[in-house]
Amino acid sequence: MTEPYVVELRDVTKVYAGNVQALRGVDLAVGGGELLAIVGPSGSGKSTMLHMIGTLDRPTSGTVRIAGHDVADLSDRELSALRAHHLGFVFQRFHLAPGMTALDNVADGLLYTGIPLRARRERAAAALERVRLGHRLGHRPEQLSGGEQQRVAVARAVAGDPPLLLADEPTGNLDSAAGAEVLRVLRDLHAAGTTIAVITHDMEIAGWCPRQVRVRDGRIVADEGSGRRAPAEITIGARE
Amino acid sequence: MTRRPAPARLSPSDVLRVGAAGLRTRPTRVILSALGIAIGIATMIAVIGISSSSREELLRQLDRLGTNMLTVSAGQTLFGEEAKLPVDAAAMVRRVGPVRTAAATGSVEATVRRTDQIPEAVTGGISVQAATVDLLTTLEGRVVKGTWLNAATEQRPAVVLGSKAAERLGITRTGVQVWMGDRWFTVIGILGPMPLAPEIERSALIGFPAAEKHLGFDGHPTTIYERSAEESVEAVRAVLPRTVNPENPEEVNVSRPSDALAARAAAAGAFTNLLLGLGGVALLVGGVGVANTMVISVLERRKEIGLRRSLGATRGQVRVQFLAESLLLSALGGIAGSVLGALATIGYALSRDWPPVVPPWAIGGAIGATLLVGTVAGLYPAMRAARLSPTVALATT
Repeated sequence: MTEPYVVELRDVTKVYAGNVQALRGVDLAVGGGELLAIVGPSGSGKSTMLHMIGTLDRPTSGTVRIAGHDVADLSDRELSALRAHHLGFVFQRFHLAPGMTALDNVADGLLYTGIPLRARRERAAAALERVRLGHRLGHRPEQLSGGEQQRVAVARAVAGDPPLLLADEPTGNLDSAAGAEVLRVLRDLHAAGTTIAVITHDMEIAGWCPRQVRVRDGRIVADEGSGRRAPAEITIGARE
Repeated sequence: MTRRPAPARLSPSDVLRVGAAGLRTRPTRVILSALGIAIGIATMIAVIGISSSSREELLRQLDRLGTNMLTVSAGQTLFGEEAKLPVDAAAMVRRVGPVRTAAATGSVEATVRRTDQIPEAVTGGISVQAATVDLLTTLEGRVVKGTWLNAATEQRPAVVLGSKAAERLGITRTGVQVWMGDRWFTVIGILGPMPLAPEIERSALIGFPAAEKHLGFDGHPTTIYERSAEESVEAVRAVLPRTVNPENPEEVNVSRPSDALAARAAAAGAFTNLLLGLGGVALLVGGVGVANTMVISVLERRKEIGLRRSLGATRGQVRVQFLAESLLLSALGGIAGSVLGALATIGYALSRDWPPVVPPWAIGGAIGATLLVGTVAGLYPAMRAARLSPTVALATT
């Protein structure tokens, strides 16, 4: 038996209330260690794909398997546990808790994994080290730049070493220099073996990823490249 | 196949941390909504505390004064006339086995005035009474100025004033003269307060022989004061009428002055129900405030709820988080309210010279009420938070 895919969508459709067809039969397989972009204009269904892959919502029909688990088989509680242990999310708007230190923000990312507080803090410190924010542990979000805040959010997503990291427009709220910082962190994580899916409408960022899945009108219209290759040079806002 | 994923349990300390995190970022709102609870709890604690302190004071007073005193007074005859006690009534009472001491007073038809210039009608509510020498020991009273009547002075035109009588006459020292009947009497003593015999406080007391000699007193006592052993009070009470007036026992009234104090002590707890209800209403309003705050908090924090769901929080864990927050909010108000209520009780009691009493059951009840309010107020917002779909929560701008 071959190694199971981290993400496996088979003929997935999603119809929202009012007969809005967000996904019209999507097949996608992502293997361990890939870096891919799911790219498309707004309204293409890429956000719905994020919800499907992130198990935040269930498909109307078709099969979604994450780390070998069929989402349809799992209860809401089990899906929550799946997210706690197998998935990391990075959002466009960071979603950091104000007034809490970077360390505690990252440590709270592990709150639902059952790891005790002290170990959560240790892992959080290690994760912040990985995103090159080891010197900012005690800073609060409002004391950090946008790029730094997003790197804290990335650290929170990867602190538990999830097999899959989902980044929803991770650079959407950042200027290009700050965006480049975040991409560099993603590149390093990819190099260390994390599977990363970047959901974006930005062709430049999509082009940087070694594999691009193009979505339009709820269908995958192109799937190019190999996710296991290294990403391209970071040219956007390049200044290292 | 792979093992089914199982959600991890949040440790109690994590529940507490998560609950407190929501409060820490909005201190003003927390203080204001906890204030509602605090006012309710403080009112209830203060009401219970102050009435308990007042009761405690009355009970202590009762303890100090003793409940072993009985008074015997003349009632009315069958024909509605004022009855009289026999002249030797006090002596007869003294002969009853368990009786330790007995004393008599008799109303004298006279008034006491500062000078003979004051019209006779102006009595100031002070009555003139003849008293036996053992009255002071029987009442366990004390003299604040001068001396009490003795075998010599009870023969003389000498008067001892009750505390209120002295106050109304404006007399603060002994040696002065007062006009009684148609001659001067010398004030030889002023008594202290007599909570069990307030009528003595308002009296000018002279000896039986002096009353007979100078004011035409007939020698019939009107009231006998008697103390016996505590355990035989009821037995003594039963035989007193027949002892005092064997021919017409029905013309004799026997009462226990401490009963009035005991009744006041019992009443001290009863009239507080209305105020307690008022505190309850305040607490209820406080609870509504907490519920309101929590509903707003859930609305404002949809993104946080979405994030927590994406981090792996189950619906139950989101529910627990908001319940914990509501409970903490109420507990904060409850603790502050208990402290405020206890302080109010202590302050009021000390200003009245009462022993401050905050009953532990009141604090226990306050904590219970607080937890109940916190749970009820938090339940609906917590359910709403838990029901929120993660995608909707995350899509909130």
